[in-house]
Amino acid sequence: MKFGVVRFPGSNCEQDIVIACRYLGIDVDYIWHGDTDLAGFDAIALPGGFSYGDYIRCGAVARFSPVMGEVVRFAERGGPVLGVCNGFQILTEAHMLPGAMVRNRGLKFICETVPLRVERSICQWVDLPAGSVVRMPIAHAEGNYTADAETLKLLEANGQVVIRYCEPDGTRAAGGSAPNGATDDIAGVCNERGNVFGLMPHPERVVDPEASGTDGQPFFTAIVEHMAGV
Amino acid sequence: MARYEIFVTYKQGIFDPPGATAERALTSLGYDEVESVKIGKYIRVEVADGPDETARVREMCDKLLANPVIEEYRIVEASGPVIGG
Repeated sequence: MKFGVVRFPGSNCEQDIVIACRYLGIDVDYIWHGDTDLAGFDAIALPGGFSYGDYIRCGAVARFSPVMGEVVRFAERGGPVLGVCNGFQILTEAHMLPGAMVRNRGLKFICETVPLRVERSICQWVDLPAGSVVRMPIAHAEGNYTADAETLKLLEANGQVVIRYCEPDGTRAAGGSAPNGATDDIAGVCNERGNVFGLMPHPERVVDPEASGTDGQPFFTAIVEHMAGV
Repeated sequence: MARYEIFVTYKQGIFDPPGATAERALTSLGYDEVESVKIGKYIRVEVADGPDETARVREMCDKLLANPVIEEYRIVEASGPVIGG
C-alpha cells in the first residue's frame, strides 16, 4: 500500500500528509503536478494549500494540471482519492465530487479546531461508527460548501455526506453548526462509489499525540485496511 | 481583434457571502432602500478574430472562467450586441 501526495505549485500541506503517513507506517511519496505516471501508487491525496494562488476560483487551475487527467482515470478504475481542504476544492472543480465551495459566511479566514460528526456513509476512507465525534482543525476562507437542492437530496439518499460540523456533543445547532456557513453543515462528501473523498478539515494535522491528538488517524488507516480487504 | 466582457455571478439560490455582507453594510449606513446586493466578477477577454469566436469564448467560460455548478455568466461583446444570457 503506497500513498502518493500530489504537489501543485502553491500546495503547502503536502509535507503534513507525508509526515502523517510515515508516522502511521504507510509507504508514501510525492507526485509532481506535471507528472502523468501514477504507477506504483495505491491511493492518491490532493493536499491543502493555495494551488496556483487560488486565482479564478480555488482549485480551478489545478484541475487542469497534467497529473489530474491521470487522477481522474485512477478514480474511475476505483482507486481511492483523498482531497483535503484545497484538495477538496480541486476535486469539486474537476467534477469528481458534487457541489462547490464559496466564501465563508462572514468572509473571514477561519483557523480553529472544530468538532465533526461522522455520518453513516458509503465512504471507503472512513470506518468510524456513525455518530462518532472527532476534532480536527480547519483553516480556510472558502470552505462554505454549497450544492443545489436536488444534489443535496441525492447526497443524503446515497450516503455521500461523510462528516458534518456539529456541536461538541455531536448535535447540530438549529441555526447550523458550520463556522463557515456550509449548507447542511457539510464538511466532507464522497462520490457515488465511495472511493473519492473530500473534506475541508485537516486529518493529517491530528495524527501525532505528541503534537495535537490522534483524531485524524482513522482517516488514513481505514483506507489501508479497506484496500487490504479488496 | 474583438473584446468580450464577461460578468460572472452566482446562480439563483446560491448564497453570495460578499454580496450579503455588502447588503448589511449598506443598510447599516442608512441606505434603507437597499433590497439586494450581489457581487460577482468582471473579466475582459480580447481575442483574435475567428469564425467561431463567440462559441469559443463561451467554451472558455464553461471550462475555466465560471463554475457551472454554482455560477452563471453573461457575455457582452464590447462594441456589439449582447450575446447570450
